[in-house]
Amino acid sequence: MNIRYEETQGRSLGFYALVAGLGVLILAALGAVYYMEHNGHHVTGMSNRIVWGMPHVFALFLIVAASGALNVASIASVFGKKLYKPLSRLSGLVSLALLAGGLMILVLDLGRPDRLIVAMTEYNFKSIFAWNIILYNGFFVIVAVYLWMMFERRMNNFTSKAGLAAFSWRLILTTGTGSIFGFLVARQAYDAVIMAPMFIIMSFAFGLAFFILILMASYKWTERPLGDAVVNRLGTLLGVFVAAVMYFVAVKHLGNLYLAENAGVENFILLDGGIYTQLFWYGQIILGGLIPMGLIYHPALRGNRSTLGLASVLVLVGGVIQLYIIIVGGQAYPMEMFPGKEVLEGYGGIAAYTPSLPEIVLGVGGIAVALIAVTFLVKFLPFLPESLADKVTDPHYKA
Amino acid sequence: MSKTLNRRDFIKTTTATTAGVATIASGITLTTFAANANENPVTKDKRWGMLIDTNKLTEANIDGMVSACQKEQGWGNEAHSTGDQKASWIKKLKVKDKATGKVTDLPLMCQHCEEPPCVDVCPTNASMKREDGIVLVDRHLCIGCRYCMMACPYDARSFVHEELTDQREHMPRGKGTVESCTLCVHKVDKGETPACVASVNSDAVIFGDLYDPKSNINQTLKKVQSAQIRADLDLNTGVRYSGI
Repeated sequence: MNIRYEETQGRSLGFYALVAGLGVLILAALGAVYYMEHNGHHVTGMSNRIVWGMPHVFALFLIVAASGALNVASIASVFGKKLYKPLSRLSGLVSLALLAGGLMILVLDLGRPDRLIVAMTEYNFKSIFAWNIILYNGFFVIVAVYLWMMFERRMNNFTSKAGLAAFSWRLILTTGTGSIFGFLVARQAYDAVIMAPMFIIMSFAFGLAFFILILMASYKWTERPLGDAVVNRLGTLLGVFVAAVMYFVAVKHLGNLYLAENAGVENFILLDGGIYTQLFWYGQIILGGLIPMGLIYHPALRGNRSTLGLASVLVLVGGVIQLYIIIVGGQAYPMEMFPGKEVLEGYGGIAAYTPSLPEIVLGVGGIAVALIAVTFLVKFLPFLPESLADKVTDPHYKA
Repeated sequence: MSKTLNRRDFIKTTTATTAGVATIASGITLTTFAANANENPVTKDKRWGMLIDTNKLTEANIDGMVSACQKEQGWGNEAHSTGDQKASWIKKLKVKDKATGKVTDLPLMCQHCEEPPCVDVCPTNASMKREDGIVLVDRHLCIGCRYCMMACPYDARSFVHEELTDQREHMPRGKGTVESCTLCVHKVDKGETPACVASVNSDAVIFGDLYDPKSNINQTLKKVQSAQIRADLDLNTGVRYSGI
């Protein structure tokens, strides 16, 4: 079966409207960065207690999603599933675009983004952060090579090897991202080895949700055929990943509850943490977990693209909420400095945090950067198959 | 035949010259610093530390330590930062025992760990520990990522949230970088004691070389009960407490 890839035309009014809309969001983000860097972080909601705020939530969300978006390509070239093969190029592209968006936010939220060169030249190899800088840069190179193997006919034979390398690298990368929190011994909410595998499974869900939305939108807007075989398979897979995330969340909290020292922070997230508790149950669990699974698995909705799109959006919204609870909630709960004692004054209590508008605008700008990169690159390089109709993609298709 | 300078040669020569000058210049700077250091070398033979006896400290003493630090290092009058955004190199804590109800006041600052988590996590080596145990931030390397603040078990570090003016000559602080107690390294290197210790001026707070068997702090620590905060983390802090 021969798949023909073709650039999108990118001349329609819709294309320019999309680019303009995303451009406005990116300009707004740059304005927000200028405002925050010019004045200093006092104009944000962040403080010495909540040192990582909304920008980190979006940045880590995108970085985690980035490694997950590559899964579609990995399923094709590492696990040999033919149905996914035509989707591989787009999978690599979405992955790189999301990573670029996430890293942009991370860098622009630094206290001294002008010193990026220091981060690139001075390495402390005991730091997970330093490792992550290497892992992110390496990811760009490896996925770029992987894409080249896919694009260049003479190199096609090496695709599966490059795919295996990229797949391994992405697992290490997400382990590194999860370990940013997993290795923080000082804080009750973190310091759990399960953070790393949990981040990997979160990346599967978020990355696939992004991929499904981008795939369905680009085929609809370019009026190319997209068959049910592909869409339904991806939808079912998303449901499995969402369930897996919920399993990990349950294990993490149940495991923590077993240790008396973590009872406080668990109560805070699960029972009496005010906004964090509400976000956990209504946002992460119901909105980002149960409803998407219902939308995907309910027999009456099977094959319905609108509900699959909605489910994907909800998975993403739930993902942002989940990272908000991990990052901000984890900092808001005070560190246990004096076990057996109560701190009356000077430290302690739940740290206050209200995200400021510029922080949110910067985060949204990162998503816009990822999307505009995809929008342009599918116009200039043949990432998308001209048809993903069932008769092209489905190895078992019977007319 | 006269040689004309073409563009390639020009670039070559300029690059070589610049590189040469840069190398020599950095060598000169290094030598200058080394000369200073030689007068009072920082070695592993010393480990600076502090012993705080909370039974002997009054609340007024602790307030005095905080203001002495502010005055010495020039923090605390940030105009725009609010609440938790303000710098806090040392603070007064009130702690109550859950069983007995005993209330203790204590000053809390960077504990100058032997195994500092802030140094481990810093991606650029800006957080560092001197040979003599003093934990510092190199403000030229700090990119303001705040990972050290996530890692510190003592809430000891502050991020500069705004532009600062009127700073101390020995303590350049910068918007967008992280800072914390330096154990008054600028005074210690001249043989003086940290400002907070000097402000108490009694044996309630003892400063000295933990390794030196003749030092007051070493001898006192051998006699009295003392504790490290979060000793379970095994960071071997340089700041010790008795009475908590």
